Amino acid sequence: MIALLSRDLALAVRAGGGFGLGLAFFLIVVVLVPFGVGPDEALHARIASGILWLGALLACLLSLDRIFALDWEDGSLDLLATAPLPTEALVSVKALAHWLVTGLPLVAAAPVLGVLLNLPVTGYAALVLSLLLGTPALSVIGTFGAALTVGIKRGGLLMSLLVLPLYVPTLIFGAEAARRGADGLDWTTPILMLAGITCGVIALLPFASAAVLRVNLR
Amino acid sequence: MPELGKYAFEVLSSYAVSLALIVALVAVSVWRARAAKAALDDVEKRIRKDG
Amino acid sequence: MASVWEYANPKKFIDTTDRLLPWVAALAVVALVGGLIWGFFFTPEDFRQGSTVKIIYLHVPAALMAINAWLMMLAASLIWIVRRHHVSALAARAAAPVGAVMTVIALVTGAIWGQPMWGTWWAWDPRLTSFLILFLFYLGYIALWSAIENDDTAADLTSVLCLVGSVFAILSRYAVNFWNQGLHQGASLSLDKEQNVADVFWYPLVVCMAGFGLLFVALVFLRTQTEIRARRTRALLARERLS
Repeated sequence: MIALLSRDLALAVRAGGGFGLGLAFFLIVVVLVPFGVGPDEALHARIASGILWLGALLACLLSLDRIFALDWEDGSLDLLATAPLPTEALVSVKALAHWLVTGLPLVAAAPVLGVLLNLPVTGYAALVLSLLLGTPALSVIGTFGAALTVGIKRGGLLMSLLVLPLYVPTLIFGAEAARRGADGLDWTTPILMLAGITCGVIALLPFASAAVLRVNLR
Repeated sequence: MPELGKYAFEVLSSYAVSLALIVALVAVSVWRARAAKAALDDVEKRIRKDG
Repeated sequence: MASVWEYANPKKFIDTTDRLLPWVAALAVVALVGGLIWGFFFTPEDFRQGSTVKIIYLHVPAALMAINAWLMMLAASLIWIVRRHHVSALAARAAAPVGAVMTVIALVTGAIWGQPMWGTWWAWDPRLTSFLILFLFYLGYIALWSAIENDDTAADLTSVLCLVGSVFAILSRYAVNFWNQGLHQGASLSLDKEQNVADVFWYPLVVCMAGFGLLFVALVFLRTQTEIRARRTRALLARERLS
């Protein structure tokens, strides 16, 4: 499992691996928002936590097809599936790799981008913690979507249609926690709900991901 | 027509849209059913003839 | 009495539904037309909502069927996963567009009904929002079926999607309630039984609910037949090409 993880991480960071693209996209989205909504900084402050959550979510979404695509194309996915590693572990490792390469950098970038959007001081802790707890769920759910559509040519748009509704609970609780933090309110409840969803998803969804991956590899 | 008062537009448009959607759904379903039956009968006849 | 699993046989399913369909369809028409006419013409206005209360005869049955259709798809998906009866998988596929249309009717009538009360054509009321999310689930499910060529693969993938989607749909329901709990308190659109729906509204409503339910059954019978025939046609053509 460790070997698979290091291999995926190495593949991601070397040239052509797409590392940093998610971050760049996150930055671009945040920069575009003031152009879209006008320069009023009070407005930015009010919507900052939501925009940052959405930007991170979309950056995650766009990098999902990398999870299986390369291995599918060169046939190594078949080999991995027949290896002694259980498929559930395979998809979990893939999700973990995605989170380390895409999700975690977004969490680190969010407070920096928060400055651009005039995020209130009270919001930083809630933003970072909610993203830290939420992005793993985004990776695991995204892995399910990627496994579902791995055999479909140009299935990226379909995958987004399938994955985005699944992201709704995480987005609602994560953004709510961030927003309450920014408003100076208590954000315990949404952060706990968010953590609960993430734990449940990590524990259970790999079984579904493995099942659909096996179907696609038949 | 009952006295719908100031909400006439809302009530009538609700009914119009809903019924239009239902009629469209039924029409498409019936059309596809006929097409599928015809296609299958076609293929089965052809196979029985050649087979 | 023979086991219900006999109808898993495609031919038997078609034969049986061929006999049942005219009756179910006729009953559906009677209940639907009768119920709607009763509700539209022969019920009074609500003192608070005026004549818009008449929208209830469309909105509530449609919303109920939107949920029930998904539940039927869930059951059918589980049967496919466990017993691999093709009729079951095809029935789920057949039901999805019907459920999606029911969801749209619920959304449109819900939005129109809300307009006089909230002054906007769309409101992020928790119930409406949940139905909007449900509509997205329907779209994804239908899209996945269309995107995959192999019938068995499509059935397997869509059934898992239905299962996972069901869990997330429930999670979303709670999340959306949490998200919008502070606003529109008590202004939810539906009239639950507990809210003392007067008999004069309730009886025609029940007839309409029956009508929508029967319509759903008739359409699923018809559409599943279509799916069975289409699948058999594909199989025969494939065999023809090989020989």
